[in-house]
Amino acid sequence: MGMGSDMYRQQILDHYKNPRNKGEMSEPDFSHTGENPSCGDTITVNVRLEDDGETIEYVTFTGDGCAISQASASMLSEKLRGLTLSELDAMDTDDVTEMLGVDISPMRIKCAVLARQVAQDGAKIYDGDIDIDETTTED
Amino acid sequence: MRTQESHPIDVGAVREDFPILERKVGGDIETPGEGPDDTRPLVYLDNAATTQTPKPVVESIVDYYYGYNSNVHRGIHHLSQEASVAYEAAHDRVADFIGANGREEIVFTKNTTESLNLVAYAWGLAELGPGDTVVLTEMEHHASLVTWQQIAKKTGASVEYIRVDDDGYLDMDHAAELIDDSTAMVSVVHVSNTLGTVAPVADLADLAHEQDAYIFVDGAQSVPTRPVDVEEIDADFLAFSGHKMLGPTGIGVLYGKEHILESVQPYLYGGEMIRSVTYEDSTWEDLPWKFEAGTPVIAQGIALHAAIDYLDEIGMDRVQAHEELLAEYAYDELTAFDDIEIYGPPGDDRGGLVAFNLDGVHAHDLSSILNDHGVAIRAGDHCTQPLHDKLGVPASTRASFYIYNETSEIDALVDAVDDARQLFA
Ligand SMILES: Cc1ncc(COP(=O)(O)O)c(C=O)c1O
Repeated sequence: MGMGSDMYRQQILDHYKNPRNKGEMSEPDFSHTGENPSCGDTITVNVRLEDDGETIEYVTFTGDGCAISQASASMLSEKLRGLTLSELDAMDTDDVTEMLGVDISPMRIKCAVLARQVAQDGAKIYDGDIDIDETTTED
Repeated sequence: MRTQESHPIDVGAVREDFPILERKVGGDIETPGEGPDDTRPLVYLDNAATTQTPKPVVESIVDYYYGYNSNVHRGIHHLSQEASVAYEAAHDRVADFIGANGREEIVFTKNTTESLNLVAYAWGLAELGPGDTVVLTEMEHHASLVTWQQIAKKTGASVEYIRVDDDGYLDMDHAAELIDDSTAMVSVVHVSNTLGTVAPVADLADLAHEQDAYIFVDGAQSVPTRPVDVEEIDADFLAFSGHKMLGPTGIGVLYGKEHILESVQPYLYGGEMIRSVTYEDSTWEDLPWKFEAGTPVIAQGIALHAAIDYLDEIGMDRVQAHEELLAEYAYDELTAFDDIEIYGPPGDDRGGLVAFNLDGVHAHDLSSILNDHGVAIRAGDHCTQPLHDKLGVPASTRASFYIYNETSEIDALVDAVDDARQLFA
C-alpha cells in the first residue's frame, strides 16, 4: 500500500465494506430518505422506538454512495441505539466527525453528515415539527 | 521554444515558467499558498477546469497595474490612451488567433458561460418563439444546456439533443434528422469536457446553414488545446474562456460574425457602449464596444493577449500533438486495468482528458485518495449531469492535461489509483 489516506482509516473502510444494520425494517416507527444530489449519495434511515415513543430501540439503513456517506450511516445506526429523539436532534457536525474518528475535508462534510440529517429530519416529521418529502444536503 | 526530437513540446523548459508547479500540498487549507505542513509534490491534472498561469502572463498584469492602469475610452490623458491602445490590441490579437476578420467580431466577456448567455438573451429572446428549435448535443456543458433550456422556456421554443453513441461519438445521422427547417440555432460543444470527444463542428455548421440556422460553437475546451479557425469551421459564434488557456480568470471571449453581431441588440446597457444619449433615447457604439457595457475587463484582456502570445510561440499544432500524446498514454495506462472504465472515444481519437471510474470506489472517494497523493483531478459530473445520467453513473473522476504535464505525472495518477484499489479491496 502507498502512503495511505488520512480520511480512509480502517474503521471507515470496515464500516463501508461490512455495513452494520444495513437492510429494510418491518414496521418502523418512521423511515426517511435523503440524498446528496451532486454526489449521488442516498440514504434511507428506518427507526423503531421503545414503548415510551422517545427512546430509539433499533435503527437500520439502506443506501448507496461514497464510503464516507455509507460508513457514516453504518456507525450512526449503532450509535443511535438507546438515545432519545431529543439527543438525536442535538447531534451536530462535530459529533459526526468525532463518531467517524477522522478529519473530514470541507468538501466531503456533506457526505459525512447525510445520515445524521436524514435521521434528524425523519424524527422531526414523526413529531410533526416539519413536513418534507425528502432531505437533501443542497438546496 | 526548444523541442525534443520525440516530443512536441519541451516540457522541462515550459515548467520553469510556472512557479506553482513546484509547490507542495496536503497540509492546512485555511491559509492559501504553500505552508510548512504541505509535504506532497503537486501533480496538477485539473486543466479542463482551469490552467495555471505562466510568468509572462502574470508580468503583463503587473506591468499594467504598475505602469498604465487607467480606464479605457474615456480619458484623453496619457495613461488612458496607453490602456485603450493595449485593450484594443488585445481584441486584434484574439481575432488573429482564431482567424476572425478583426476586433469588430471579438467581444470580451467574463467567461464562456457569459458569452453563451449574451447570445441566448440578446439574440434568443428576440428571435426565438413557438415552433423554433434549438439543437444541442447530449454532451453539452451546463453553460450551454441550461442556458438554452431556460431561454426556450421563456420563448416557447423547444430544445432537441443530438445523440451521443456508445463510443462517445455524435450520431451524425441523428443530427441530420434533427436539424431541419424549424431549427434556429445549433449550439454544440467542440471538445467535450467529459468524454474528450471532438465534434465535427464544420459538418454541423453545414447542416445548420443549409437550414438557415446559426451555429454556436462552445470552444471552452477546444480553443486552448488545438488550432481553431472560425472560417474553417464556419462558426457563426464561438465562445471560450481565458482561464483555461493560461490567462487570468474574469475574461471570456465571444466571437460572432460581424453582420450577425450588427443585427443583434445589446445585452447590457450603460456607459462605454453608447454613442449618444438623450433623456428620450440612445444610440449604440460600434462593434464590439456595443456589447461591452461599463468598465470592461482591461487587465484581463491585456493578460489574455500575453497568454495567446505564449501559446503561439509554442505553436497550437504542437499543443494539440502534446495533448493527444498524453491522452493516449493515460488512456492506455488506465485501460490496462479491467476494473477501470473510461468514458468516450478511444485513446488515439480524443482531446487531452480522460474521465473514468474505478469499479467499487465512488469517484469522490477516489479523488480524496488521489488528493492525499498530491494529485489534483476533478470528481463529479463536470457540469454534464444529464450525460452522467445517460452513462448511468452519478459521477466520474477526470484527469485533464496541458502543456506542462509529463507522462511521469500520469504514472503518479495510476499509482495513486492503485493505492485506492488496494485500500478498497
Ligand atoms: C465545454 C465547456 N463549456 C463551458 C464551460 C464553462 O466555462 P466557464 O466556467 O469559464 O464559463 C466549460 C468549463 O467549465 C467547459 O468545459
